[in-house]
Amino acid sequence: MRMRAITVIAAIALAGCAAGERPQPSVAPTAEASAPPIDRDPYPSTYRAPAAGQVALVGATVLTATGDEIANGTVLMDGGKIVAVGAGLTVPDGYARIDARGKWVTPGVIDAHSHLGVWSQPDSVEANNDVNEMTDPNTAQVWAEHSIWPQDPGFDTAREGGVTTMMVLPGSGNLFGGRTVTLKNVPSVTMQGMKFPGAPYGLKIACGENPKRVYGGRGRSPATRMGNVAGYRKAWIDAQDYARRWDKWEKGGRVGDAPKRDLQLETLAGVLKGEILVQNHCYRADEMANMIDIAHEFGFRIRTFHHANEAYKIAPLLVKEDICVATWTNWWGYKMEVFDALEENAALVDAAGGCAIIHSDDPVLIQHLNQEAAAALSSAWRAGIRITKADAIRWFTANPAKALGIADKVGTLEAGKNADVVLWSADPFSIYARAEKVWIDGGIVFDRGDPAYRRHSDFLLGQPGETR
Amino acid sequence: MTRRLLALAALAFATSASAETIAIVDARLMTMTAAGEVERGTIVIRDGRITAIGPGVAVPVGARVIDGRGGTVTPGFIQADSTLGAVEVSQVPASADRATHSAAISAGFDISLGLNPDSILLPVSRLAGITHAVTTPLYDDRGGRDLQFAGQAAVIDLAQRPDMVTRPRAAMVLEMGEGGAERAGGARGSAIVELKATLADVRHFAAHRVAYDRGEGRPQKLSRVDLEALIPVAEGRMSLIVKVDRASDIREIIALAREEKLRVIFDGAEEGWRVAADIAAAKFPVILDPLADLPHSFSELGATMENAARLHAAGVMVIIKTGSGVAHRARELRYGAGNAVAYGLPHDAAVAAITVNPARVFGVADRVGSLEAGRAADLVLWNGDPLEPLSQPQAIFVEGVEKPLTARPLELRDRYLPR
Repeated sequence: MRMRAITVIAAIALAGCAAGERPQPSVAPTAEASAPPIDRDPYPSTYRAPAAGQVALVGATVLTATGDEIANGTVLMDGGKIVAVGAGLTVPDGYARIDARGKWVTPGVIDAHSHLGVWSQPDSVEANNDVNEMTDPNTAQVWAEHSIWPQDPGFDTAREGGVTTMMVLPGSGNLFGGRTVTLKNVPSVTMQGMKFPGAPYGLKIACGENPKRVYGGRGRSPATRMGNVAGYRKAWIDAQDYARRWDKWEKGGRVGDAPKRDLQLETLAGVLKGEILVQNHCYRADEMANMIDIAHEFGFRIRTFHHANEAYKIAPLLVKEDICVATWTNWWGYKMEVFDALEENAALVDAAGGCAIIHSDDPVLIQHLNQEAAAALSSAWRAGIRITKADAIRWFTANPAKALGIADKVGTLEAGKNADVVLWSADPFSIYARAEKVWIDGGIVFDRGDPAYRRHSDFLLGQPGETR
Repeated sequence: MTRRLLALAALAFATSASAETIAIVDARLMTMTAAGEVERGTIVIRDGRITAIGPGVAVPVGARVIDGRGGTVTPGFIQADSTLGAVEVSQVPASADRATHSAAISAGFDISLGLNPDSILLPVSRLAGITHAVTTPLYDDRGGRDLQFAGQAAVIDLAQRPDMVTRPRAAMVLEMGEGGAERAGGARGSAIVELKATLADVRHFAAHRVAYDRGEGRPQKLSRVDLEALIPVAEGRMSLIVKVDRASDIREIIALAREEKLRVIFDGAEEGWRVAADIAAAKFPVILDPLADLPHSFSELGATMENAARLHAAGVMVIIKTGSGVAHRARELRYGAGNAVAYGLPHDAAVAAITVNPARVFGVADRVGSLEAGRAADLVLWNGDPLEPLSQPQAIFVEGVEKPLTARPLELRDRYLPR
């Protein structure tokens, strides 16, 4: 049963590899079809890359996030792509040459867990809180992108911390929180202008204390962890039934009335088809093991456990299941399910061969992911675990790119990848390092030396925080 | 005074059991005294007490030598605005003693009573170089923002010993600005009037205590324990920690403090840099979080990571903290100080902001916060720059007692380390 389900998923996953891209107008319904096709991308990206020229960063220490630390390295960018990375490369004619001696270059920082734009500054203002649709344990029908306020000043401060890409998730109050959205951190008046072209959607699922506290407190299910699991299973049973009805209609030549669309089940069915990636808030090792079994039971994959402070207790299982772990270094103890959190969590997952990620979940921490990773690396060294800076840089670049399903485009400094690049004033694992310049798709989006790049949010215009 | 003598007695007992001479050699010494920074020096510790410190100090015969080459010795760090010792798990109320929602006890709440020296948070914070904390009451607003004062803060040590209170009742906590306005009925003007009325009530109570005892005092809004607790504040003997952020709120408090002769410590002060000259002229210290650069409210629109540097440059005494009411994340204190340096604060000023400055402001500078011969050793040897995450402590002394480099999370780590 389990094997069959996995085979089916693999077949459909191939068909779904274009998820997130706008259907071509030429793909019209067949004559006998009685219903219009479902638009899989009804809120399409209108992102346009910033103007990109030919830029050479020369003489830096380069962390490629492919495992290399290159001394006296050169990074060449052209037409929005990385062209070459290496030691002492010759800079071709026509390139704008930036002296990066004594400085460090890394891929753009990627945050796998953010609520920027959906819980915007000023975040003490209730009107700016659009993160948690806590009206039902299952709100798989909501999409985080419809809460995004592009004027959140937090996007600007995150960019100053080197963040070029982030996944914005709904909150963790519900079992199913809704769809995530992956954004490029560029100034924009619309959400669509930030939307990462081609990035797959995610589905936020939450384990543990939050959903059972929210709904148990209202005298309804889930009130316990077993109630949580019953809630997930019911939803997946409904999703399987929904997917079957649509498959039957599709395979029957789309004759007759199409089944009625259900936004909630459509998202869950998208997970079953492998088009939507499961992003699962889950702290405890035992609960993660339960979630893995649920995924097997219904034939889907979990892409990432978020927070996952006890991942170190089941690192081999997570490696075997190929599930990323997005976690913190310093956060712990605020509730029972994070009592056993360790600074070494990411390092222990990494040492087991897993995909470790340092994430933020916070508008301040997103500005300092390099420092949070440095603290994690330091704890690894204290434990005698041999991890290099060239490895640890992956925790906030290449590995979150994998978790978000965009590793073919960003996350490393390799020829052919999008030119998302940070020039740091010093070793990014130093507390004193600051992002000096940030490029997205080869276009400069932040330059610490130029006030024009400091504050884009309309909100702070004419206010005390405008220039700071 | 009695407590102090008891503390000294306890100290004598603790160290006599392990009487030895220790020499930390060849380390950079950040003394936080007039001696400044010693590039390469030695500290001799005998029976828990510093007997010699500086360059060219001889190592006594028989001393246990700790090699400090490449390392730095700092005084133990002090985490201001913390709840260490008063909380175990934030969302388990029964494990937390950091706030009260009793209408009868606001200013009277004394956090120094009922602290937990066995808290697993203490060794975790110690591993980040923190040897003391200013454990500070929070407001418990579960029934709404009703209480005027949060209570009285205490300076504690992180040695995990029964007598952990270095200085009880070290300051009174009051929220003004947005939060204070809500406590007073919804407007800043109301909060300021209420504060003045409270101070008048306290002074009346202090002057007519006998009449109150006879039941002849005037009606009082605050309880008797609250009035008693506020007398030293009204008389300018106890500092008032005022939580405010907006520049105009800071100015209002400076004016009110001048009028009422209050000693103020600003906490938060995210727009402090906009009124830095006023704060400096008033000689009020500021406790701030260097990472606070977001406009979380309409009172923090001017928040910037350069706040610490700008206030310091204006001559304000700066104390660096992590977050607000921090406990679990206290270990990030040195990273906050490092960020302040990255945004313009001189390195020695950043270290002062987590050592000697809070020690002075909270009245414990005779014991902790700097390195001097004759003092109980309260210090940390680091294997590099203490503000860098990649540095780790190599030796930790809390008021004369050397502490092991362990904590529950490290034991848990070892249980799961691949073998």
